[in-house]
Amino acid sequence: MADTAQLQKICTQVRRDIVRMVHAVNSGHPGGSLGCTEYMVALYFGIMKHHPDKWNMDGTGEDIFFLSNGHISPVFYSVLARSGYFPVSELSTFRKLNSRLQGHPTTHEHLPGVRIASGSLGQGMSVAIGAALAKKLNKDQSIVYSLHGDGELQEGQIWEAAMFAAGNKVDNYIATIDYNGRQIDGDVDKVLPLGDLRAKFLAFGWEVLETEQGNDMAAVIEGLNKAKALTGKGKPVIIIMKTEMGAGIDFMMGSHKWHGVAPNDEQLAQSLTQLITGTEEDY
Amino acid sequence: MKKYTFTEKKDTRSGFGAGLSELGKKNPNVVALCADLTGSLKMDAFQKEFPERFVQVGIAEANMIGIAAGLTIGGKIPFTGTFANFSTGRVYDQIRQSVAYSGKNVKICASHAGLTLGEDGATHQILEDIGLMKMLPGMVVINPCDYNQTKAATMAIADYKGPVYLRFGRPAVPNFTPADQTFEIGKAVHLIHGHDVSIFATGHLVWKAIQAAEILAEKGINADVINIHTIKPLDEGAVLESLSRTRCVVTAEEHQMHGGLGDSIAQLLARNNPYPQEYVAVNDSFGESGTPDELLRKYGLETENIVEAALKVFNRKS
Repeated sequence: MADTAQLQKICTQVRRDIVRMVHAVNSGHPGGSLGCTEYMVALYFGIMKHHPDKWNMDGTGEDIFFLSNGHISPVFYSVLARSGYFPVSELSTFRKLNSRLQGHPTTHEHLPGVRIASGSLGQGMSVAIGAALAKKLNKDQSIVYSLHGDGELQEGQIWEAAMFAAGNKVDNYIATIDYNGRQIDGDVDKVLPLGDLRAKFLAFGWEVLETEQGNDMAAVIEGLNKAKALTGKGKPVIIIMKTEMGAGIDFMMGSHKWHGVAPNDEQLAQSLTQLITGTEEDY
Repeated sequence: MKKYTFTEKKDTRSGFGAGLSELGKKNPNVVALCADLTGSLKMDAFQKEFPERFVQVGIAEANMIGIAAGLTIGGKIPFTGTFANFSTGRVYDQIRQSVAYSGKNVKICASHAGLTLGEDGATHQILEDIGLMKMLPGMVVINPCDYNQTKAATMAIADYKGPVYLRFGRPAVPNFTPADQTFEIGKAVHLIHGHDVSIFATGHLVWKAIQAAEILAEKGINADVINIHTIKPLDEGAVLESLSRTRCVVTAEEHQMHGGLGDSIAQLLARNNPYPQEYVAVNDSFGESGTPDELLRKYGLETENIVEAALKVFNRKS
């Protein structure tokens, strides 16, 4: 596993990809993508055992990940490309006609690394549970991960899945909630409050972990490692990970405004000055 | 004219249950999921024999479809089971995104389709499911006609890679197709040869179409009866070949007129060679409580309705 400084450098490059991708097509979702960058980089460059060079749909013998909040596809695509699933140059096709990088992730165009279509919210936890059950049937010891938006928890299917996972001891599964407190129409607390999430998942029978600093690489890795240590003990595990929507770019933070808005030319330039790796490797 | 007989009436859902159990023995990758209707779907035998491959999801159909999609990742062949209404309309977006668009090898198996579930009434009597499912790109839609055919279809879809909607029902109906049949997805079954009118039927109405053909024969009209067990992909060759001889058609199905088998046939004919067509189907209406026979009579899905439609369309062509 790369050290924290190396991972942080990857995060900066991924953030450059995110803003450049959404800027190029003047659409897409930078806010949540930027907020989940540390988590995604930690997973794909540190935590997960996976084989980008031997990509296959079944993923037998490797850890697999499902993005349930599919709108943060920019961070997913960037991390997949930079961890070797497909050429980094393909990021330039994001949201364009005939691209494998659709607005929301899909298996339909056979993009390596993507195992389910997502975008219509609330479906990914069920899918991840199914994949975790398949691993158990296959006597495959590896772990299934999934990421969900906090606003996404307003979907009822999530709670059907949460009830099932605990009731059926799906303990080879780590879900993470991107708890940034914001959704399209405003603050989650104003749109539809989630209440005490920790208490809710505890009541459903999950192991619940909280990562207070979801944009601090060391904290994210620590949270994921703790979660891994809790697998195999009869309960599904969830990490409630506090992040900042738009993290890494000062004018995109502190608001829900950048959920689904692309920066203009000037804003892109301004963003990139805040994302310096020293050895930029832009596509 | 070829005669069809049967020795017993059996429910098509039991054909599904029997097929699933046999599949369990044959194919270790087959898993079954049910949303609290194990007995109604006749999945109890599979559950008993293969408990480790049976998933009880409770009354949570959306979650069931998602879990089924996930199980395919790892090579499993999931068969989901619940009533047709909860298999389709209730979970349309889950099927659309997680199964159809994602190209997952999920078999959505749906019992109690149509009016003939009877007394439970319109909340449970879905008559739109064929339309909903056939509109999804890549979805195969199958509606077998009796116990033996449902069993054969259940086994055949495990060998097909891709999403399938398998529709069957609750009541005991004549079991007249061979027990040893090979079920070919997308291959219509030519039951009776005739040259005056084509009758294309699916599901429970296939037997009624056979009966209608016998009555029509007494009136001097020779019907060409074809069992369209696969609505999608439609056996276009069989349909067009029949119409080239008969030049008029009746379609018969336990489904809404809008969006069902009849519409698939009409669309095919419009794109090729239009002929007069009459529908035996539910005409833009919900069902209601009643016995299956009472309901089929009230909503115009009986043998005599097929006869009437055949006479009407036969007269229209001349």
